[in-house]
Amino acid sequence: MHTILAKTQLSPNVTRLEVAAPRIAQIRQPGQFVIVHRCAGAERIPLTVADADPAAGSITLVIQAVGKSTRDLVAMEPGEAIQDVAGPLGRPTELITSGHALCVGGGVGTAVVHPIAQGLHRNGARVTSIIGGRSKEWVIFENELRRFGEVVVCTDDGSYGRRGFVTDAAREALAAGGIDVVYAVGPVPMMRAVAELTRPLHVHTIVSLNPVMVDGTGMCGGCRVEVGGETRFACVDGPEFDGHQVDFALLADRLSAYRDFEQKANACAEETCRIGRH
Amino acid sequence: MSAPISVKQRLQISRQAMPEQAADERNHNFGEVNLGFTEQLALLEADRCLRCRDPRCINGCPVAVNIPRFIDLLSAGDVAGAAHSLLGDNTLPAVTGRVCPQETQCEAECVRGAKGLPVAIGYLERFVADWARQHADQLPVAKPAPTGKKVAIVGSGPAGLTAAGDLARLGHDVTVFEALHKPGGVLLYGIPEFRLPKQIVDQEVERLKQAGVKIECNVIVGRTYTLPELRAQFDAVFIANGAGLPVFMNVPGENLKGVYSANEYLTRVNLMAAYEFPKADTPVLVGRRVAVVGGGNVAMDSVRTAKRMGAERAFIVYRRGKEELPARLEEVHHAESEGVEFELLTAPVEVLGNAQKWVTGLRCVRMALGEPDASGRRRPVPVAGSEFVIECDQVIVAIGTRANPLLTATCPDLKLNRHGNIEVDERGMTSVPGVFAGGDIVRGAATVILAMGDGKRAAQTIHEYLMPAMTKPVNGEGAAASLCAAVAGDRVHSL
Ligand SMILES: Cc1cc2nc3c(=O)[nH]c(=O)nc-3n(C[C@H](O)[C@H](O)[C@H](O)COP(=O)(O)OP(=O)(O)OC[C@H]3O[C@@H](n4cnc5c(N)ncnc54)[C@H](O)[C@@H]3O)c2cc1C
Ligand SMILES: Cc1cc2nc3c(=O)[nH]c(=O)nc-3n(C[C@H](O)[C@H](O)[C@H](O)COP(=O)(O)OP(=O)(O)OC[C@H]3O[C@@H](n4cnc5c(N)ncnc54)[C@H](O)[C@@H]3O)c2cc1C
Ligand code: SF4
Ligand code: SF4
Ligand code: FES
Repeated sequence: MHTILAKTQLSPNVTRLEVAAPRIAQIRQPGQFVIVHRCAGAERIPLTVADADPAAGSITLVIQAVGKSTRDLVAMEPGEAIQDVAGPLGRPTELITSGHALCVGGGVGTAVVHPIAQGLHRNGARVTSIIGGRSKEWVIFENELRRFGEVVVCTDDGSYGRRGFVTDAAREALAAGGIDVVYAVGPVPMMRAVAELTRPLHVHTIVSLNPVMVDGTGMCGGCRVEVGGETRFACVDGPEFDGHQVDFALLADRLSAYRDFEQKANACAEETCRIGRH
Repeated sequence: MSAPISVKQRLQISRQAMPEQAADERNHNFGEVNLGFTEQLALLEADRCLRCRDPRCINGCPVAVNIPRFIDLLSAGDVAGAAHSLLGDNTLPAVTGRVCPQETQCEAECVRGAKGLPVAIGYLERFVADWARQHADQLPVAKPAPTGKKVAIVGSGPAGLTAAGDLARLGHDVTVFEALHKPGGVLLYGIPEFRLPKQIVDQEVERLKQAGVKIECNVIVGRTYTLPELRAQFDAVFIANGAGLPVFMNVPGENLKGVYSANEYLTRVNLMAAYEFPKADTPVLVGRRVAVVGGGNVAMDSVRTAKRMGAERAFIVYRRGKEELPARLEEVHHAESEGVEFELLTAPVEVLGNAQKWVTGLRCVRMALGEPDASGRRRPVPVAGSEFVIECDQVIVAIGTRANPLLTATCPDLKLNRHGNIEVDERGMTSVPGVFAGGDIVRGAATVILAMGDGKRAAQTIHEYLMPAMTKPVNGEGAAASLCAAVAGDRVHSL
């Protein structure tokens, strides 16, 4: 059992949970994730370890409520416990030890970028983060990322930071030169756009893929993605890959496989809510 | 107790059929297909056994269950005695009675098979084991003196569970580490409810816990702890992490939506209870026409599950002939009577899809059997110009599994063979002292009973490794100690 120690609302649909998981807190590395299984009957879903406090024995999960499983998780309150948290899974991020890294985070991807920036900073690399959201209230992890270097905030509506997409800011940063590596995490179209920006510039670009997973240990093959024309299992070979090699169209397509079920699950959950209220 | 009967009378009794759910009913539910012998059927079948003086059936069993002994006790009305005897040889008889390929093992050797049908050893084993499960209170748990030695077991499949039980009975402090959130391995996530009710696995795990075995789920050895870390904290380690890496066909279209590995399909349905969606949160795509590639138990389980999930038509696509199907005979028969269609001597060449990237068919080629290959089976070769398409909206790939490298990659000292399986010596020890291995990770995908046999042997050799003074006679004193251990072992085993 993994008790929820604290809960904070970061944006209208993103929640931060501090969860007791002492072993994982001690050994997790940037880029790694856990599989969370809230209770019997729940789905097993992957979530990045956004931060950890080894002394307190807790890990930070930053969760965007998009469907039934993520909504059920963010509805939990401190004191309640998640049944299963398995990990840390996935390969740790390849971190440079000197030079200048550009970290681009879109939406909840910003939380996934956080441990990467943290690791780069600890290694002595220079970090510039570009993060974004629809408007001011959707921007997360800005203060945390400032501890590791410069942060450029973009909002679609210009209500905070600069107006525009993170890709616009990334294009400018790349044009200024001196960027040795780019880490990009966010929605599939954003990661693809960043990879297309850096491809002609030959700047190494690492993206974090988010296919549907079940076990997280390489046993089911459900998380398969294509990288450089080869099928790879994101849970063990990734989740981070060379963005110039990834078949993003396939990833986006496979992510849509369960759309009808998701709608059913949502409809059913709302039904239960309504019944529950009466 | 019945009056003794003559061999002639025994020979006159014909093999009793297993009562089962009707085919057109069971292919719509997940309830167990085989309903089990009644006491009357069991006693009749038991009377068929000739109590051979040189019982060949025992040679056919990988763990040498003393078959005539338990059958004789059963006939004598001493079911408890039969259960003691059986459980002494085989820790999970309720499982093996259901899933062993008896027709190639114990029953293949039974003398009665030479003329007519062999004794239904598997059905009798299941009967006695089920009795034992319902009368657990009459089968006391051994409480041995602690040895103070700690053993870690990686994986809670049949190999790990068997080793855990035997080691605990020898007094060792055993912790099982399991990657998934529930113990049982393939017994839980692979073999479906209609063949092996999950309650049986749960009960076995419960029995182990009562015997003092600790089970830690959600621990992925290689990630949560490395093997060297475990080795440092425990006096010995037994690796039994199975062969959990699905093999794909490597044909175009394999990443289309609607293509599953059997592991993923069965895990969603069994472990995650996707058949109860939306009561359970995990979904599984439901095919109307499902093609399952492969001919083993895994393929049969997948295709019969697809039927139960509501497939109108479900196909087995297998590149060799019917004789070569590696699945248990009973599963092939059950699949046939449940309406599964067999496309034999057929190999897939491409998965076809529509513009939305959903599966629409499986392009196949017919095969003919050529010269025997390394395995001695005739090698299938494609017949030119025989391509055709099986229209389907789901493809399940069940062509085998390999060693999962997650654990072995974190311990370079561990010697592997060229397939990535762990190499062990005759004692079951790996190239790392104190680290043993068994089951599918050593053998490649094999069987439950072979995995259990490995677990049993490993427990014994680990015991010898940990307690050399007690088990290796060097002088008079040592011999006495070894005798004690043997007596203790015997007592423990007969429980
Ligand atoms: C390695 C890895 C790390 C991740 N880390 C985080 C994290 O730190 N925080 C976080 O909020 N999410 C993270 N995700 C995504 C998260 O696992 C999914 O959002 C979650 O499984 C959705 O479950 P659900 O039942 O709530 O939504 P569903 O009802 O399953 O899906 C709702 C919507 O989300 C989309 N979706 C489904 N699965 C995913 C997915 N894996 N990625 C993106 N979109 C998806 C669906 O297409 C659908 O539109 C991560 C995914 C991976 C593979
Ligand atoms: C669908 C299906 C049907 C089958 N039907 C039959 C049948 O009818 N008859 C028969 O005899 N055999 C059958 N088999 C084969 C049989 O189930 C296997 O040979 C047997 O289960 C192997 O046992 P094992 O203990 O070696 O491994 P497994 O049963 O595979 O168990 C290994 C366990 O280790 C865990 N694990 C893996 N990696 C790690 C790690 N790094 N850290 C911690 N834990 C880990 C896994 O999650 C799993 O629980 C079938 C197999 C399948 C898949
Ligand atoms: S364990 Fe399997 S092979 Fe051995 S007697 Fe029982 S059913 Fe037969
Ligand atoms: S070989 Fe057959 S008849 Fe003989 S003891 Fe074994 S089960 Fe009985
Ligand atoms: S999630 Fe099953 S193999 Fe990656």
